[in-house]
Amino acid sequence: MQGDRIAAMTRTFADLHLCPNPKDNEDLSKAAAKAAKLGYTLMGIPLSPEKCQEGYSKLPKLGDGDGADFASRVDLKPKSQSELIRLLRKLRREFEVVCVLCENKEVARQAAKDHRVDLLSFPSIDFRRNYFDRAEAELASKSSAAFEFDIRPLLLSKGPSRVKLLSGLRREVTVALEFHVPIVVSSGVNEEWLLRKPREMAVLAELAGLSETQALDAVSNSPHVIVKRNREKLCPGYVAPGIRIIKEGSDC
Amino acid sequence: MKRVKRRYLALQIEVEQMPSEREFIDAVWSSVVQLYGEFGASQTSLALISYNVESNSAVIRTALAALDMVRASIALITALAGSKASVHILAVSGTIKSLRPLTLQRKK
Repeated sequence: MQGDRIAAMTRTFADLHLCPNPKDNEDLSKAAAKAAKLGYTLMGIPLSPEKCQEGYSKLPKLGDGDGADFASRVDLKPKSQSELIRLLRKLRREFEVVCVLCENKEVARQAAKDHRVDLLSFPSIDFRRNYFDRAEAELASKSSAAFEFDIRPLLLSKGPSRVKLLSGLRREVTVALEFHVPIVVSSGVNEEWLLRKPREMAVLAELAGLSETQALDAVSNSPHVIVKRNREKLCPGYVAPGIRIIKEGSDC
Repeated sequence: MKRVKRRYLALQIEVEQMPSEREFIDAVWSSVVQLYGEFGASQTSLALISYNVESNSAVIRTALAALDMVRASIALITALAGSKASVHILAVSGTIKSLRPLTLQRKK
C-alpha cells in the first residue's frame, strides 16, 4: 500500500491523444501549454499521414517552454486489411505511435496481430461495431498492441448513452485485463476546457473497471513504454531488441 | 457508534463567469446523482465548506468512503450555470486548515 503510494507520487503522465486543430498554430500551442500545466510530460498529437512533415516540425518548439515531450502519432482508418498493411508499410517508420481505428472486423483482426500497430481504438458510440472481443484480445496479447480508449465521450454523454458507453467500456476492459493487453487511457479532446488532470483521468478510467494502480498505469506507464520502445526502434543504429550498432567501420 | 471519516477537497474552478455558491454545489450534486444515483449520492455526505469567487476556488467535504465517487463526479462536470466549465481537484486533505493556503493563493 505504502509502496503503491510512493510509486504514484513519482509517476510521469502522458496523454497520447490530444486533438487540437493541427493547422492552427495557436490552438496547438495552447493545448500543449494547458496539458503541460495540468501535469502531462508526454503528449501525442495525431496528424494525418500527409501532414506529418510540416506538422511535426513545429512540435518540438512547442514543447521547449513547457518542459513537455511530444510523440509523433498517426491515426490510421483503413477500410480493408490490405489497405492497413499498405499504410503500415508506408508510415511505420515515420511515426512513434501508430493507432488503428478499427471500424470493421477484418481490419480489427489484422491490426491486433500486426506487430507494427501500437494502439487499437474502437468506435465508442456504436457497440454493434465493437470488435474488441476475446479473439481480438488474444491476438493483441501476442503482438505488442495496446487497447486505447478516450475519456471525451464519457465527458460529453449523459443519461442512457453514458450508461451504454460505460457498460461497453467495462466489458472491453475486462477482456483486455483477462488477456493482459496493456490499456492506454487518453483524453481525445479538441477543446481546452475538456482537458482533465492525469489523476482525474485515472479516476474516470476506474469507472471502466480498472483498479487504482491499473488506472494510473494506463495514463503513465503504458503510454511511456510504447513511446520508449518505438523511439529505440526508430534510432538509426537499431537492429533488434537489445542489439544496436554502436560503431561502424574498418577499425571495429 | 463508529466515527465517520471525512475528507476535504480543494477545487479549482475554470469558467468564464463564476457561478453562485448555490449553482456550484447544485452542479456537483447533480453530477453525483447522474453518475451514482440518489442512493450513491446519499452516501457522499457532500457539503460546501468555502467558496471563493476571487480565487476561483472552493472547498468541499465528503465522506472518505465516497471520495472516489466524488472525484469521478467532479471530473465529469462540463458546465456550470449554463457555461462551459471544468473543475480540477487541487488537493485532498483530512483537515480544512491544510487546504487554506491553496485556496487563498490561487488566482485565475
